[in-house]
Amino acid sequence: MKKNTVIFYGLILAFIIVAPFIFPDFRTQLAALWLMIIVAMTWDMTGGQMGYNSLGNIVFYGTGMYVAAVVTIALAYDVGAYTNAFGGGVYKFTDQQYFLGMLLGILGAGVFCSIIAVVIGFVTFGLRGPYFAIGTLGVAIAAGELVSNWEWVGGGQGIALPVYPGDLDTGKVLFYFLFAVTGVVLFIFLKWLYSTRFGAAINAIRDDEEKAEAMGIHTLRYKLTTWAMSAFFVGVVGGISAFQLIHFEPLETAYQTINLGIFMVVCVLLGGKGTLWGPIIGAILFHVFKEVTWNYFLGWQWVALGALIVVTVVYFQDGVMGYLAHRKPEWFGVRLDDKKAEVSQ
Amino acid sequence: MDQILINLSLLAEFPIVNLKIILDGVMIGALFALAAYGLALVWGVMNVKNLAQGDFVIAGGYVAWWMTQQGMPPLLGVPVAFIVLWGLGWVIYKTVISRVIERDLFTSLLATFGLAIMMAQLLNLMFGSDTQSVALGYKTLYFFDGLIDVPVAKLIGVLMAATLAIGVILFMKSSRMGQAIRATAQDARAARVLGIDTEKVYAFTFSLNAAICGAAGAIIVMVWIIQPFYGITHSVRAFVIVTAAGLGNLPGVIAAGLGIGALEQYGAHIFGIGYQQAIAVLLLISVLLYRLIQQRRLRQSLQ
Repeated sequence: MKKNTVIFYGLILAFIIVAPFIFPDFRTQLAALWLMIIVAMTWDMTGGQMGYNSLGNIVFYGTGMYVAAVVTIALAYDVGAYTNAFGGGVYKFTDQQYFLGMLLGILGAGVFCSIIAVVIGFVTFGLRGPYFAIGTLGVAIAAGELVSNWEWVGGGQGIALPVYPGDLDTGKVLFYFLFAVTGVVLFIFLKWLYSTRFGAAINAIRDDEEKAEAMGIHTLRYKLTTWAMSAFFVGVVGGISAFQLIHFEPLETAYQTINLGIFMVVCVLLGGKGTLWGPIIGAILFHVFKEVTWNYFLGWQWVALGALIVVTVVYFQDGVMGYLAHRKPEWFGVRLDDKKAEVSQ
Repeated sequence: MDQILINLSLLAEFPIVNLKIILDGVMIGALFALAAYGLALVWGVMNVKNLAQGDFVIAGGYVAWWMTQQGMPPLLGVPVAFIVLWGLGWVIYKTVISRVIERDLFTSLLATFGLAIMMAQLLNLMFGSDTQSVALGYKTLYFFDGLIDVPVAKLIGVLMAATLAIGVILFMKSSRMGQAIRATAQDARAARVLGIDTEKVYAFTFSLNAAICGAAGAIIVMVWIIQPFYGITHSVRAFVIVTAAGLGNLPGVIAAGLGIGALEQYGAHIFGIGYQQAIAVLLLISVLLYRLIQQRRLRQSLQ
């Protein structure tokens, strides 16, 4: 069993590394898939494991984009003047400025988003259930609207970052691996986190918050920590996306409340809430569905996605993992004898 | 920033402008209150939080707009939108809502959010993404040397909204179905024991909600503008009103509706029209905060 696990993870890792070279035409596509996987896994940290269904995690994605861009620009030029010129030719970035800005920008985005999460969470974690969902949705919409009216960061036009200085194909590979490394780190981190006392504590909050509190768990502290960790990773991928997309604007790209903001929830529900692999499987299925509808039902893609959300939520809420756990309990460490005993009770 | 100060000083210099803003806000707020009443109805009776509320409003608006495009009188759009949205609400209840009533609240929230996306996109495909409105062709009344203008169309809109609200309230108070709805809201299980077909009550309530929203939308298209993607803002407004007023508090819903209308007009006047959506959402957050602090004092959380 142990050996099989090693082979299993080794094969996946090998595939992750060679994938952009076997499918050179799909590099951007695969990077987009990684983005989906990462945001789904981070959403599952609060939504699946802790029971706080946020509809506003996209706020960290957008904020991460802006922080990364502003840090990069601020290292070399005055931000207000740069956004005013809107990518005008006078602003050139040297290689050193670009890569230093990228490194600091992406890390800064993660850290800044963690702080934002603690600040927002201090207020929103007093809300429960649907109020939390609506409250966070409100925060996300408000953030997008406010940023789009903020001229210093480009207002409704957004920011145009410098293009990757090297060869275009190398750039695609670089961005793929930035996403992939973040994803792998996140997966290892979550696998470890869910096995610790911390993971048990946030599961306890999901199951019954009052009892968890009575058992001596400082619930607010756990909730804030979890959300801050989840926000860190969303901020980081937001920062990477900013460099990958080069140009972004606030409402449709950065704070895309009804696009990515709701996709991550659907990915998790499709794959199975509160499991390690569920968000990943869900993200892959969802991404494939999304790209197919985009290609073959152009114009109707949004209707198809809305329908997918409704169907998933109404008819298939346990997701793939939930379905498998129901049909093949022995795969999940439940021995069949136990199950028979359960049935006979 | 300077613009904001100028706008503020304008308000202080011409106090009569305040009256105009409040009047405008109250007239549009009456329609918000109507949609919010529908939301409170569904929320209270079947414990479903409907995020597609605003899209029902917009769909009703498009029904009325489409009818005037066909050359029919605009006022006829209100009853027709009422009937069409009744049917739509019934179909949506049977296909989606009836399956999520028993589930946890996030399920219904997400399912209706999916519906909202679908409806907005379908309207976009059918009617295009331009803003639309219907001109009624009535004259405008002027007061105070033209500082205050009250279009008769808006007065008619408010009047129709009031008529509809009174009709619904009377229906809930006195009719047999209204009594059944109120009984189900109090205790669905007891109502079932006493022989009320709660399934029918749920279907009726949801259809009624959609129909009220549709009629409100048909009025909104005459006094304001609609666009396929404005639905979410209307939903947010309805949530603000219901959260501020609480369930089953009809005077509260009306007061909150008129209040949010006036506040939004003030915000748009002071900060500029670009902030209108942000103001609606920030109002939601402040109302949630206020309720939160209220509950904290009782050592409870808002749920």
